[in-house]
Amino acid sequence: MNALVEIQNLSTYFKSEQGVVKAVDALELRVHEGETVCIVGESGCGKSAAAMSLMRLIPEAVGSIVSGEIWFAGRDLRKVSKEEMRKLRGNELAMIFQEPMSSLNPVLTIGEQIMEPIMEHQGLSKKAAQARAIELIELVGIPRAKEIAKSYPYELSGGMLQRIMIAIAISCNPRLLIADEPTTALDVTIQAQILDLLRKIKDEAQTAILFITHDLGVVAEMADHVVVMYAGKVVEVSPVVELFEEPKHPYTQGLLRSKPVLNQRRAKLYSIPGQVPNPTTLGESCYFHDRCDQCLDICRVKQPPLRDGGDGRKVACWLYEEESVRGQ
Amino acid sequence: MDSNLLEVRRLKKYYPITGGLFGRTIGHVKAVDDVSFSIQKGETFGLVGESGSGKSTTGRTILRLLEKTEGEVRFQGIDVHALNRQELRALRPRMQYIFQDPYSSLNPRVRIGEALGEALLDHGLLPQTQVRERVLEVMALCGLAPYHVDRYPHEFSGGQRQRIGIARAIMMNPDFIVADEPVSALDVSIQAQIINLFAELQEQRKLTYLFISHDLSVVEHLCTRIGVMYLGSLMELAPRDELFLEPLHPYTKALLSSVPLPIPKKKRERIVLQGDMPSPANPPAGCKFHTRCPYVKDICRQEVPAFREVSTDRFVACHLV
Repeated sequence: MNALVEIQNLSTYFKSEQGVVKAVDALELRVHEGETVCIVGESGCGKSAAAMSLMRLIPEAVGSIVSGEIWFAGRDLRKVSKEEMRKLRGNELAMIFQEPMSSLNPVLTIGEQIMEPIMEHQGLSKKAAQARAIELIELVGIPRAKEIAKSYPYELSGGMLQRIMIAIAISCNPRLLIADEPTTALDVTIQAQILDLLRKIKDEAQTAILFITHDLGVVAEMADHVVVMYAGKVVEVSPVVELFEEPKHPYTQGLLRSKPVLNQRRAKLYSIPGQVPNPTTLGESCYFHDRCDQCLDICRVKQPPLRDGGDGRKVACWLYEEESVRGQ
Repeated sequence: MDSNLLEVRRLKKYYPITGGLFGRTIGHVKAVDDVSFSIQKGETFGLVGESGSGKSTTGRTILRLLEKTEGEVRFQGIDVHALNRQELRALRPRMQYIFQDPYSSLNPRVRIGEALGEALLDHGLLPQTQVRERVLEVMALCGLAPYHVDRYPHEFSGGQRQRIGIARAIMMNPDFIVADEPVSALDVSIQAQIINLFAELQEQRKLTYLFISHDLSVVEHLCTRIGVMYLGSLMELAPRDELFLEPLHPYTKALLSSVPLPIPKKKRERIVLQGDMPSPANPPAGCKFHTRCPYVKDICRQEVPAFREVSTDRFVACHLV
């Protein structure tokens, strides 16, 4: 089966006063039709930058895509014109963000904001778009849809606004929905509602979802496949069950061990020592080597390639290379 | 009980809502509404709840960073809200507060060493000549290096800033610390470091914590007893193991079942609550949780359930328990 999204060797660099930041460094990523892929990692690992690159939304003043290919439904998005890209966004590709309040226009009603992309992309009349907007509000589980359509963003709670964002995102039946930390700002009981809603959309419309999160619990609930990122690089790719049962990369192992888990209390939490490296001073070493408890000599001088294990799993770590390759 | 370090009795904190031509008070936001609990010496008491449940306001009113509306807070027998300014100031070093974002509570133009030593000098706890030594000692204890002493707040990462926040509290040699979401803004790998630091410091210095958090897994890890808040009131209070293994209040059950577990394919009975938390300015009559409770009965809409002890050290406010 051909993948809906196939990203190869994608690098996005940001300019900063301290130097160039390799926000996304040779990213490989595949999302199949109807599948949820989670990108997980800590702040600054490049997970959002990867999504923004895919949408071609990296502001020129900040940085740019320097290499790679972004194949979406048979087209390289790096080669399509700006105008064509604009048509794709909100139509075949849709995105929801962490802060719904800052993505909605405060002076337009909820209804108007849902109608806009429908009229723009699907050419519906105002009246038809109005009816569709109300249908969509009901679809995302908000009661009193007609009243809500007439209200303004400030009148709704965070959870309701995120539902509205989802309504806008799915309004044109996108093939890929990118969700960038969509529940991070919400309380757990509201988060449970939103995750349920996203699963329902995926099941009913076969929408592929690229879900970006730092929360391993959310990953376990949502993902079919998981991509773990660290300092701009993909360190591990795996189907979700295998990743949690037998994490391969020492970073993934450390992440899973440092998270307190409900009803599995331990006397002391494992903690990964140190902190994320400064992105402007990264050398040739494995970026994780100085925090790794299984560090080898080669890790300090050479970056491990992302190796395909042939079982649907990939890992970038010298521990999994043949000894002849790592030279020990 | 003699071993109670802190007693909170029927504490209320209301904020007036003003309106109309003359700005008269037309209602109240009941941020903390009749909350009672006690904290024993050496324990970590957890307050959990969603945003707007009043857990931070409770913490701040306990330390009298906010004035109470009604009720009583006794710290080692002292009525905190009856003290005059001087007496309160004398008590302050013994009760410290740690914020979620220590960066916003640090002066960007003051070096860390100075910021940490400031309160010691202010309160006259140590002579000037010994302050630096003490600062370095506490910094080491909190995992900060000696060369950090001359750096400015912006030069630190999130985890290090939280270490500074903790160091600043520890500096005063307190008995009691209110920690308000101290690990919520941190990444998992750093969060674990800070959680362990809290546990180590408690052991070394016999500290008592009030730990405020919305993250139930963190609370389970650190706390000995836990109170669950909803719309300004305590719904349930229980020792850790009882609360997590056998929650009694429907809200606690829903909250626990909502936490995503890092265990894929684990089938759980999930209670997904409908709707949002109502406004604390206009809380529902009867049980405050009745609008979202999956087990709601007629009585819940009419009568406020009493917060009562159902078995030793287990309290719950629910008609159905």
